[in-house]
Amino acid sequence: MSVRHALLALLSEGPKYGLQLRQEFEESTGEVWPLNVGQVYTTLQRLERDELIESDDEEEAGPQKVFRITRPGREELDAWLSTPPDMTSPPRDELVIKVLAALRVPGVSVHDVIQVHRRYLVELMQQWTRLKEDETDFDLTFALVADAELFRLDSVVRWLDVADGRLKRAAHEPPSATPGPRIRRRLVARR
Amino acid sequence: MSFLELRDVSKSYGSGATEVHAIRHVNLAVERGSLVAVMGPSGSGKSTLLTIVGSLEEPTSGEVVIDGRALSTMSRNEKARLRRRTVGYVFQDFNLLAGLTAVENVALPLELDGVPGKTAQRTAISRLEELGLADRGAHYPDELSGGERQRVAIARAVVGDRALLLADEPSGALDSINGEAVMRMILTACHRGVAAVVVTHDAQLASWADRVVFIRDGRIVDQTAPPPSAESLLQDLPEPTPRP
Repeated sequence: MSVRHALLALLSEGPKYGLQLRQEFEESTGEVWPLNVGQVYTTLQRLERDELIESDDEEEAGPQKVFRITRPGREELDAWLSTPPDMTSPPRDELVIKVLAALRVPGVSVHDVIQVHRRYLVELMQQWTRLKEDETDFDLTFALVADAELFRLDSVVRWLDVADGRLKRAAHEPPSATPGPRIRRRLVARR
Repeated sequence: MSFLELRDVSKSYGSGATEVHAIRHVNLAVERGSLVAVMGPSGSGKSTLLTIVGSLEEPTSGEVVIDGRALSTMSRNEKARLRRRTVGYVFQDFNLLAGLTAVENVALPLELDGVPGKTAQRTAISRLEELGLADRGAHYPDELSGGERQRVAIARAVVGDRALLLADEPSGALDSINGEAVMRMILTACHRGVAAVVVTHDAQLASWADRVVFIRDGRIVDQTAPPPSAESLLQDLPEPTPRP
């Protein structure tokens, strides 16, 4: 999460005080990313140094100081909004590594390992869903954050399901050749 | 006592070398007012489990107890009455009758059970109203959206005093928002005291349940821990991983 760009987004609505920025940041992220005061003011100082925001006086960044976004700040914000985050290289996912490692460890059932992680992920999803459940207290930004987390966790559960099924099938019909080197070559070629 | 109990239930098809064990030694208890999701891949036995609970199929061994009565002790007529009065089903493909309006579809199980037509229709309309479908009652299934059709199917499943709701992949091909609406409706029924069992392979749907039971090769292999208290939820939530 880029605190820097989130602050620029809040300032794009108009000039704001430091304290106000901190409160609005927490509100706009569904209050699930608590931010400490220091982080807000340090980031504001850097943004001002980089001339992406400006203020009326030369005082230290503090609760009562008013900030405004500058033209380069707005350009930086627009560019950030439409730049996709880097998702090209396969992440070194700890869970993927654990499942791959489980395949090599004698006496360990990879299906049991998968199930432990699946249960944990579904329990986390239950917690997020429960928070979303209460419609009387509906909060759009929170619902969006909760959805994002639910989809992220869901994609991991799906991967575990597919891995489980693939491993089960492979146990019945072992592949004729080891696909390891081929996959590696393809990943390297893509970079 | 639990409203629904499965005691060491097994179901196999065929015999000898061709015998297939669909479910094996399943124990499961569902209280009134609670929603249990059974999660597993296709072919894991979750749909068989549901048809046995709904008394559409008999187990090879073990006992299913609904509201204190063992299905094995019931006559065919008693089971038929149980299916009409106590159990509501929701299927993936809705199974609404195309020639009947939404209200008529919902009223049908009541009428089959001998409730006079007008009373059945009134009950059906009020159930549709509760589920936000007040203005769709006179529409035929093909005039409704997929989400609306599934909501009508849920209204039909919980009309009358049905106390057990069984759903097989209830959000079918619906998108996430409609799938969520379906699960909210099932939860609403649970808050009125209905016991519900939803079988699904979808973790997002399952996460609406009070308890998720995992089934694999016909066996229940695991289940989620009971939910933490509401107050501790926000504090216990892990901080999401920061993205670059």
